[in-house]
Amino acid sequence: MKIFDYVRPATVPEAVAAAAEPGSAYLAGGANLLDLMKGGAMRPDRLVDVTRLPGLDRLERLADGGMRIGALAPNADLAHDADFARAYPAVAEALLSGASAQLRNAATVGGNLMQRTRCSYFYDVASACNRREPGAGCDALQGENRLHAVIGWSKHCIATHPSDFCVPLVALDAVVEIEGTGGRREIALEDLHRLPGDTPERESALEPGDLIVALRLPGDAARFAAHARYLKLRERTSFAFAVVSAAAALDLNGGAIRSARLALGGVAAKPWRARAAEEALAGANADEAAFRKAAEAALADAKPSGDNAFKIELAKRIVVRALALAVAGTPERLPALPASPFSSVPGALHHA
Amino acid sequence: MTFSLSLTVNGEHRDVVLDDPRVTLLDLLRERLDLTGTKKGCDRGQCGACTVLVNGKRVNSCLALALSLDGAEVVTIEGLAQGDELHPVQAAFIAHDGFQCGFCTPGQIMSAVGLIDEGQAGDDPERVREGMSGNICRCGAYRGITEAVLEAQKLLAERDRRNAA
Repeated sequence: MKIFDYVRPATVPEAVAAAAEPGSAYLAGGANLLDLMKGGAMRPDRLVDVTRLPGLDRLERLADGGMRIGALAPNADLAHDADFARAYPAVAEALLSGASAQLRNAATVGGNLMQRTRCSYFYDVASACNRREPGAGCDALQGENRLHAVIGWSKHCIATHPSDFCVPLVALDAVVEIEGTGGRREIALEDLHRLPGDTPERESALEPGDLIVALRLPGDAARFAAHARYLKLRERTSFAFAVVSAAAALDLNGGAIRSARLALGGVAAKPWRARAAEEALAGANADEAAFRKAAEAALADAKPSGDNAFKIELAKRIVVRALALAVAGTPERLPALPASPFSSVPGALHHA
Repeated sequence: MTFSLSLTVNGEHRDVVLDDPRVTLLDLLRERLDLTGTKKGCDRGQCGACTVLVNGKRVNSCLALALSLDGAEVVTIEGLAQGDELHPVQAAFIAHDGFQCGFCTPGQIMSAVGLIDEGQAGDDPERVREGMSGNICRCGAYRGITEAVLEAQKLLAERDRRNAA
């Protein structure tokens, strides 16, 4: 690991000023950053430790019925907050399907949003990676790429965003509050992460010094609470990133869909909101025919970036299944294996 | 440049001066505080061998920067037993053969202590297995580990009930 300076500011403005200096990186839980620094994929000159900034770990109920989550709230605390999980159950399920209990205790809300891709060529400093080193090339294009992107990729980068948490968040119109050198601003989570285009090194809308201080979920999004699920296919039962995942949330009026929210994980360099599918679902009967139509709409622009055509069909099936689970209703208690299609409930299908 | 930090480790106050900011909690425990019970497996947060409690929560000490934990309370495997009396989780791992080679065991036990304290798993073996999925055992002692966690949890709940009465 390269040597670095370590600073621990006491206030947000001090942190922003320190991090605006070139070569700086924010340190919160460290779960992703230290891993990347050990492998040399990230080589910051200065760590700006934000863990002591006051008031950033709070969970607040907002006047519109929504919730504001401080960026330093640990993933586990948020997932296990009863009020939060009742209002936004698919978000809690996504959080609990991610990583391990140890990592969920350390990882923060802001850190989860800002985690880097798990593309192995990004991690391996001996490989060419445009995201890590602009202009170097992309070894994933001709490499082991069965888990890479099928939507929104470019010939410069085919990596995916690994977060589970972000998938239901983007479906529910989450907003990110940012403190920067120019003061406070906010953007939709959907606009935080960028597709690679010809500048894959520009992963987010954040500028140097920008610090995510909070995340907001609108009160309006809680209307989906009774029919909201996250479904995540992994290559092993637990403690693995998504091959493909989907967050499905429905507002039902009897057997008809008043409105729907749908987002996909593991398919693109950002959590992928499937608006065309949402439009196809609005007003339809909540049945398999409508779900299949929605799945086709969600993946209409998908194309393989390598050895991963299977992910397109898989994503369609995960969408159909997530919608069917959402119709069945949010369970009173999350299953033993959150978001897993491999349910131990007798009679449940074990194939996507 | 040197960096100072204070930690409470297994109930004991420790002042540490570091000459390098890169030291992880794992390396601090093993190389500077002679607490080698906490194991270095993958050193990348994937195996769980380095699991300790920080402020009561189980974490991977390999991915925790020591400097960032200034003021924290840390409990390692060395801090569980009371003299010669093993912690109920330690005793249950022995009773149920929750290990073979033993390398992952300190991390498994610390993770189990954290899991029981979190109180999310109940008596469901599937929830225990899911809650312990951050701890890998190459010997494959998972069956004994699950049984040990379930039994220790029951014993601790009974102890809490007795203490409350």
